[in-house]
Amino acid sequence: MSRIPSAEDVKRGVQDSVVWRSIFRPGSIYRSGYRDTSRDRALAAMNNVLYHLHPVKVKRHGLKLSYTYCLGGSSFFLFIVLTVTGIFLMFFYTPAAGTGTELAYADMQQLTTSVPFGELVRNMHRWSAHLMVLTTFLHMARVFYHGAYKPPREFNWVVGVILLLLTLLLAFTGYLLPWDQLALWAIVVGADIAGFTPVFGEEVRFLLLGGAEVGPDTLLRWYVLHVLALPFVLTIFLAVHFWRIRKDGGISGPL
Amino acid sequence: MAEGQPIDQQVYDDLIARGKSERVALAKARAAAVRKQRQAEPDETTTSTTERAQGGVPAASEPAGGRDPEGAGQPARGALTAEQRRERVQQALAGGGQDGNGNGHGGPGGPRRQMPLAPPSGVQQIKGKQEDKVYTWPHLIASEFVALLTILAFLVVFSSLVDAPLQELANPTESPNPAKAPWYFLGLQELLLYFHPMVAGVTLPGVMAAGLIALPYLDRNPSQRPENRKTAVTIYTLFMVFWGTLTITGSFFRGPGLNWVWPWVDGIWFNL
Repeated sequence: MSRIPSAEDVKRGVQDSVVWRSIFRPGSIYRSGYRDTSRDRALAAMNNVLYHLHPVKVKRHGLKLSYTYCLGGSSFFLFIVLTVTGIFLMFFYTPAAGTGTELAYADMQQLTTSVPFGELVRNMHRWSAHLMVLTTFLHMARVFYHGAYKPPREFNWVVGVILLLLTLLLAFTGYLLPWDQLALWAIVVGADIAGFTPVFGEEVRFLLLGGAEVGPDTLLRWYVLHVLALPFVLTIFLAVHFWRIRKDGGISGPL
Repeated sequence: MAEGQPIDQQVYDDLIARGKSERVALAKARAAAVRKQRQAEPDETTTSTTERAQGGVPAASEPAGGRDPEGAGQPARGALTAEQRRERVQQALAGGGQDGNGNGHGGPGGPRRQMPLAPPSGVQQIKGKQEDKVYTWPHLIASEFVALLTILAFLVVFSSLVDAPLQELANPTESPNPAKAPWYFLGLQELLLYFHPMVAGVTLPGVMAAGLIALPYLDRNPSQRPENRKTAVTIYTLFMVFWGTLTITGSFFRGPGLNWVWPWVDGIWFNL
């Protein structure tokens, strides 16, 4: 009668398997196990695709809540929450409006009444969006007061301002999608402001609305911008933003 | 760096007590021990290197007569008074100015070699700037995770309690009164009440965005300390206060017809 393999044997067998070794890189703590040593602490950060947004070591003062207030990280996390909840909402939403085809608004009502967790997810999406505008703005203020835009971080500040503008655009395009009175008229006001652009006012307005007035074409246009185009551009700028933080020597300071 | 070098325990304990990192405290305690040892017995290393500096490696850029105050037969470094030593440093710095990094490590081509003056045990080799750092895992990741969970918990609780607004179906023929933009544009909308739309609606925001983007290229003050950048801090704070006031006014103090209302008297016309 053969011996029953112990848990340790099974673990070793899995860790030595071809598949496991193909997934985890040489030196990964998932191959050789984690001991609390300097080497394994470094490997834990280095061999993880998410953690390695960060360098292996960071300046100690950057850990203090009173230095960063976690504003940049919060903005990023809210963006992830918005992506996840947004994908969920896309399953139940059709960007169609106009007489006889008021699907967008009907879907919103369905979402709040018949879809399991629909109301909760929509609430989370909306409150996260407002919160993200706020945290991004506060993050900018924090960076300013720390003088963190000074050389060599000038360009990363520029990227940050672009990210703030993109965040505002994302929030604004999303505002129209429920297609209720609140959404429609907020966008009418916003588009009218854009219409005052010198020289190209009418053209800018037409381009934004996809017509002379806010209508079904505007809804489709802003839907595509909101769920695809703007998040795509924002993600690219986010990648550059994070990359530059590391390249420019990590977090600024200490003061 | 070699372990087992003597350290000044008192300095070490003192620094640890003052909250310095172990690495910094160790380095300073080590340096203190070397300093103490050198003070106690001006050993032969210093003597010989002083002689070498005077005789063996004559400094080309040394001003003539630079050694005068010391005299030729200067025995050891410990015999110099503080003033003499300071003068000597001044001369050395004046002579080695083109060294660039100013630390006297000039290398073979440098005007002066000061490295041999220090006994090897007292040399601390620092590459780059010494910084107080911690491992990302677990320190940073742990606190980030806590922040993440806090935000998520707040969102879930808040979203369970407060519903996002959903009004009647959009109707282009029936305009609500007042018609307000989303809250982050209410400062802009408020500004439109005071200025021509081309100024308040487009030009001013455009200038503001351009100004923000250009900020790092306009502010060439290299200091990051708040006390050295009072102008910049003042301007930015004014900008924030200005914008915050406009947004709050537009949000809570504007009612039907965008006329002024007191929120505690007339009510609030504000939607998120």
